[in-house]
Amino acid sequence: MAEEKILELSHISKSFGDSVILKDISFDVEKGGVISIIGSSGSGKSTLLRCINRLEEIDGGEILFRGSPIPVSGKALSRYRAKVVMVFQQFNLFNNMDLLTNCSIGAVKVLGISEADARRTAMENLEKVGMAPFARYRPANISGGQKQRAAIARALTMSPDVLLFDEPTSALDPQMVGEVLSVMKDLADSGLTMIVVTHEMAFARDVSDEVIFMDGGVIEEAGSPHKIFSDPEKERTREFLSRFLNG
Amino acid sequence: MPDSFWQWVVFILNEYGGLFLTGLKNTMMIAVLSTVFGFLIGLLVASLRSIKVSRHEGAVKRICAKLLDILLAVYVEVFRGTPMIVQAMVIYYGLFRNVDIGKMTAAVFIVSINTGSYMAEIIRGGILSVDKSQEEGAYSIGMTHSQALRYVILPQAIRNVMPSIGNEFVVNIKDSSVLSVISVFELFFAGKSASGTYLRYFEVNFIIAVIYLIVTYTVTRGMRLIEKRLEGPGVVTITGSQSDSRSVITVRED
Ligand SMILES: Nc1ncnc2c1ncn2[C@@H]1O[C@H](COP(=O)(O)OP(=O)(O)O)[C@@H](O)[C@H]1O
Ligand SMILES: [Mg+2]
Repeated sequence: MAEEKILELSHISKSFGDSVILKDISFDVEKGGVISIIGSSGSGKSTLLRCINRLEEIDGGEILFRGSPIPVSGKALSRYRAKVVMVFQQFNLFNNMDLLTNCSIGAVKVLGISEADARRTAMENLEKVGMAPFARYRPANISGGQKQRAAIARALTMSPDVLLFDEPTSALDPQMVGEVLSVMKDLADSGLTMIVVTHEMAFARDVSDEVIFMDGGVIEEAGSPHKIFSDPEKERTREFLSRFLNG
Repeated sequence: MPDSFWQWVVFILNEYGGLFLTGLKNTMMIAVLSTVFGFLIGLLVASLRSIKVSRHEGAVKRICAKLLDILLAVYVEVFRGTPMIVQAMVIYYGLFRNVDIGKMTAAVFIVSINTGSYMAEIIRGGILSVDKSQEEGAYSIGMTHSQALRYVILPQAIRNVMPSIGNEFVVNIKDSSVLSVISVFELFFAGKSASGTYLRYFEVNFIIAVIYLIVTYTVTRGMRLIEKRLEGPGVVTITGSQSDSRSVITVRED
């Protein structure tokens, strides 16, 4: 079966001023695939996701979305972002609206869907993440785990082709991590294409098709979860994992 | 003839009460309209100045954007950096030299663009006060800059600077008095006209001061109530300092 590539990253590089943050990053994202990116803090994981969502510009290399370079500005960029949506560590829900509007506004303003349809889809997605009873709440009045589930519903309401998760559970109290991970697992099972930056090693091992270990702005090692977690080739990978799994 | 301070006050009130009311009405009209227009100008200027043109745009667009930004910065600096009394003279005797637009219209025009320059900075501050995560959340689902501003950032920014916006209204009630230099019939000018006949400057201006105070106090209290509604209890706003009547401090009790 020929795999359909949704995103192709080749030789991405990115610097902030003099400091090189990403070097020669290449990988492909296949339709329905779940890729987990692991690595210590400061290794460039967030920057990589931000480059894919184009919140940051890349300095070198190329990102193809369905075979074409991703747009750099204007309406085309808007449409692209609506297809490859980001979920943030700090949720980034809109504080001035209730959850239902948080979810529907992008569909209305960016996709041009009617208010009624957008609200219906938004409600379905809030339902999916178990947040329907809180549709009328504002972000200030719910817990972190609830915020993150609502943020996922917001992303889903854009009907994205790819979801990018940047440490979606890192800002949560431990007892709320599970509810978010279980929503993400359901999404993965439903065939959604996802790139997940995470420190949840069990999630990376059990849910993803591929694991990428980043270190110092480069992909140090990539492969199947089994290979990375049971039989890593690189010393750096072993060090990182032992620090994580034992510490 | 009255022969004590209070007799004079009563006498002048009887004689000129109607005149003062007309002056007050004009003062309030100028203050309300100028605050509204100034707010709209400030909104527009702050929004335009928040645009960051990507380096992928064409050169022409980038140069135009830069020029516009410089122009707006000059506007803000000039109108904040010169006294409104001077602005009134320059605009009225310069810009409107050959146009008869009427004193009230000229007055609203002058105070509006003066207020606009302050509002532009207030709202710019408001935009900066909104966490970057809000903007990025909007971009991440494909909103354009103007959509992010309109639906996400400005509603929060304006709410954050509501006390300063209200303060501008109070400042306008008081500072519209400088329009007397171009003979606009506002409250202070009404007082000036009234003091001429009997040369009772002290009594007349005492009355005028009390009227200003009653109005500004009422407006300030009213705005605190609205603010409390918006923010809930525990928020205290202190406006005006000795060096800068426009300064605003908002204290939030946690
Ligand atoms: N906007 C920025 N300007 C300058 N340096 C940045 C910026 N964003 C991130 N960095 C730097 O890039 C490096 C990688 O950051 P990040 O991508 O957030 O790593 P990770 O998500 O893996 O922890 C860090 O050293 C960080 O300080
Ligand atoms: Mg990060």
